[in-house]
Amino acid sequence: MPTATDHLFRALADPTRRAIFERLARDGEQTVHALTERAGVSQPMVSKHLSALKRARLVRNRRQGRETHYRARPEALAPLVNWIGDYGTFWQNKLDRLEELLERMDT
Amino acid sequence: MTTPDSSTRSVIVEKEFPHPPEKVWRALTESSLIEQWLMKNDFEPIAGHSFNLRLEPMPNWNGVIDCQILAIDPCKTLSYTWGALGLESVVTFTLTPTTAGTHLRMEHSGFRSDQEASYKGAQYGWQKFLGGLEQVIAGL
Repeated sequence: MPTATDHLFRALADPTRRAIFERLARDGEQTVHALTERAGVSQPMVSKHLSALKRARLVRNRRQGRETHYRARPEALAPLVNWIGDYGTFWQNKLDRLEELLERMDT
Repeated sequence: MTTPDSSTRSVIVEKEFPHPPEKVWRALTESSLIEQWLMKNDFEPIAGHSFNLRLEPMPNWNGVIDCQILAIDPCKTLSYTWGALGLESVVTFTLTPTTAGTHLRMEHSGFRSDQEASYKGAQYGWQKFLGGLEQVIAGL
């Protein structure tokens, strides 16, 4: 049974999906039509990619008339940031402490 | 011969210190000094020496990190394995003298991209994305 993190990693594994997500994160809410115009793939493919992004909670959608609007949920990246960021933060903190120690040392 | 392993990646932190490499080296290799900035330990500066770094025990983990010195070149390079919670990784410190003191580069490598799930990191190709993310984190 895939976990939420599995969905997240899989969703971001595909370069077209990443491009769609990055565009929504950068440019704000857009319709499927607008996304298709710039995605370089067919609308059914864009819709399929959007479904994968939605399953990973990376995007949310709303219907308005005949159009579906999508927007990014960057906060869904949190597990990814935690996964690699923990050790990055850990070492930043430790090297700060090393700096303090060096100030205290005589030679 | 080593084959580049595309399924592992690294955390790199670099820092400049206004102190000579000899002094930074002492802080990296003397047990009582290591404890003051990193963790409790039984480090000895001998190639091949096995030692532990110890954090406070926590639920589901005794806080012990298993290490072994891979390379030790005074005032230049210190490298040891870092085994904890199923993470088999390597920490390497590289010291470079500068006009103002010492440039220290810490690389913690060997994080496996397929650590938990069944996905294959190389196949899905998301390392590049993580690489970009790391720069963002480093800039926080």
